[in-house]
Amino acid sequence: MRDGAIAGVVWGGAAPAAPEGAASVDCMGHVLAPGLVDMRAFVGEPGAEHRETLRTASEAAAAGGVTSLVCMPDTNPAIDDPAVVDFVVRRARDTAVVNVHPAAALTKGMAGREMTEFGLLMEAGAVAFTDGARSVTNAQVMRRALTYARDFGALIVHHVEDPDLVGDGVMNEGELASRLGLLGIPREAETVMLERDMRLVRLTRARYHAAMVSCADSFEILTRAKAAGLPVTCGVSINNLTLNENDIGDYRTFLKLSPPLRHETDRQATIDALASGLVDVIVSDHNPQDVETKRLPFAEAANGALGLETLLSAALRLVHAERITLPRLLRALSTRPAEILGLPGGRLSPGAPADLILLDPDEAYVLDKRTLRSRSKNSPFDEARLDGRVLKTMVAGRIVHG
Amino acid sequence: MQRPSFPHRHLLGIEGLSPLDMTALLDLADEAVEVSRQAEKKKATLRGRTQINLFFEPSTRTQASFELAGKRLGADVMNMSVASSSVKKGETLIDTAATLNAMRPDVIIVRHHAAGAVHLLARKVDCAVVNAGDGAHEHPTQALLDALTIRRRKGRIAGLTVAICGDILHSRVARSNMILLSAMGARVRVVAPTTLLPAGIERLGVEVFTRMKEGLAGADIVMMLRLQRERMNGSFVPSVKEYFRYFGLDEDKLAFAKPEALVMHPGPMNRGVEISSAIADGAQSLIREQVEMGVAVRMAVLEALARHMPAGE
Repeated sequence: MRDGAIAGVVWGGAAPAAPEGAASVDCMGHVLAPGLVDMRAFVGEPGAEHRETLRTASEAAAAGGVTSLVCMPDTNPAIDDPAVVDFVVRRARDTAVVNVHPAAALTKGMAGREMTEFGLLMEAGAVAFTDGARSVTNAQVMRRALTYARDFGALIVHHVEDPDLVGDGVMNEGELASRLGLLGIPREAETVMLERDMRLVRLTRARYHAAMVSCADSFEILTRAKAAGLPVTCGVSINNLTLNENDIGDYRTFLKLSPPLRHETDRQATIDALASGLVDVIVSDHNPQDVETKRLPFAEAANGALGLETLLSAALRLVHAERITLPRLLRALSTRPAEILGLPGGRLSPGAPADLILLDPDEAYVLDKRTLRSRSKNSPFDEARLDGRVLKTMVAGRIVHG
Repeated sequence: MQRPSFPHRHLLGIEGLSPLDMTALLDLADEAVEVSRQAEKKKATLRGRTQINLFFEPSTRTQASFELAGKRLGADVMNMSVASSSVKKGETLIDTAATLNAMRPDVIIVRHHAAGAVHLLARKVDCAVVNAGDGAHEHPTQALLDALTIRRRKGRIAGLTVAICGDILHSRVARSNMILLSAMGARVRVVAPTTLLPAGIERLGVEVFTRMKEGLAGADIVMMLRLQRERMNGSFVPSVKEYFRYFGLDEDKLAFAKPEALVMHPGPMNRGVEISSAIADGAQSLIREQVEMGVAVRMAVLEALARHMPAGE
């Protein structure tokens, strides 16, 4: 490593002698990997600093091995103006310990009516356009936004959940919701929106990324779209990969999420789609919420769970269960998201930034939420046993954790 | 003097005109320019004839230009605008046509907000009809005046590269110009964000660009189009600021075109939206000349149609 970038990589065999004056780090047989790139994190800054700031989110990220995160525009004010993008970029440069890249709003005020200034926002530093946790329901607005985005090579990231079909639903529709007396969210809320989007992408040929998909039928839609050569990628939430609706148990609001935790068959389909390579990326969907928004009856609580700090530990469950290999997992957590966003990280090769993690995939621990770096504590993995831990995190050659 | 005869009873669009027709109109217009520059501007070609300007859409300059053209040829000109007509009271387009027809006009100049409305009206009257703009379809006299302006300045149209920039989707000026300039041998380009391009435009014989830098490279003529206010706030483009940044003609972008490139705009301009004031008023601008050529071209069109106007009983 030299000047914050990787200078050379030697695979197998003996490494050449370190140049004079170089520091060396003994990795003691652990796994050295490119730092994780998280395409979806909600941060409270600006506007909700009591839940999370760019600094606390970045510290949680560093502890979880995430060296680059994309922050969502659901702030107050929303990140829908070049001046706000500029604020976030500067604020992150001054306070955050990992790379923070803002995603700008797709529509002004995330109201779903008028597209934002894609060109000017990209010049200010926006890496993608999304209305965060909201879907654009007006197909004409979506069509024009996709059309305009294509001219600028902009990446559109869309939350696929039709709010009318969600209605008052608060968890996956089915037997369990009926037993709990909670209104359900049908899978079609996701598939109808996703199918619509695929047709609009076919029409416009814009670069499109489905932020998070959660059910088996969605993978069918995406398989067809990719086979047809559409410029489409997709993500899944770590929560939908490692938890299912049964985890809601006794109305645990930390497991109230959007998209909702689904049936075990959907979770299995999600893992299969990840293993097959159909799913491009895994996101933390990090969403800090405090007691005021979570210590409420299930139906009234806000959506969202912490994710940055536990992303890798939770994902390693799939490796330990032998459902996916470690390289495949790291590809979905690091290499692919960097490629989709056009960021230089996510790989171990000369010239890439020295954003690295040292990982012990086997170290077991029980999560104590009081130790979390986030300003909020709504982790769905509180008191859960996790296997695998990030020992060291490095951003541009500087150690930021461990 | 023997001229090739103009074989059409109406001028409904550039579509349907042969290059010979176009050249004949431009030649006539060259003569009309001379007439308009004399102290005595009046000819007798249309003496005793009645011209009705029927404008369903407000227009200051086109209506004034047609009015002057008719008057310089000696016609009696009547202006009917929608605000003062019975159309407001619910009369249909066909009824209006029948009513006006009964007044025995010799030529009706029509502007309408709906594409095809002028063609419909032309089928219901006995006199000549000139399309002064129908929806986003055609505006033939604008294309002719643009061609006249170019021909007088560059000496030719064939072989020139013309970049038409801006709201192509909603523009009748763009459609008429694409047809006319291509027919006369120019290389026509359109430059706009894809949201302002009609589907399948590349099959209309033009080259399509979505960036000014590439679209203007090597252009002889840069023709800017007006962007309506209601289209610049997030529906078709995000904002005025962003539109001007990437598609507004300023000195930086004009520098991509040939050094001797000329700038045109059909008016009315949105300064600071599609064109900067420095360019609009600069040495390369032909915008005021276009207005002068407008009267001449409309005189030429009326003269060419005069021989087909109804004879007395």
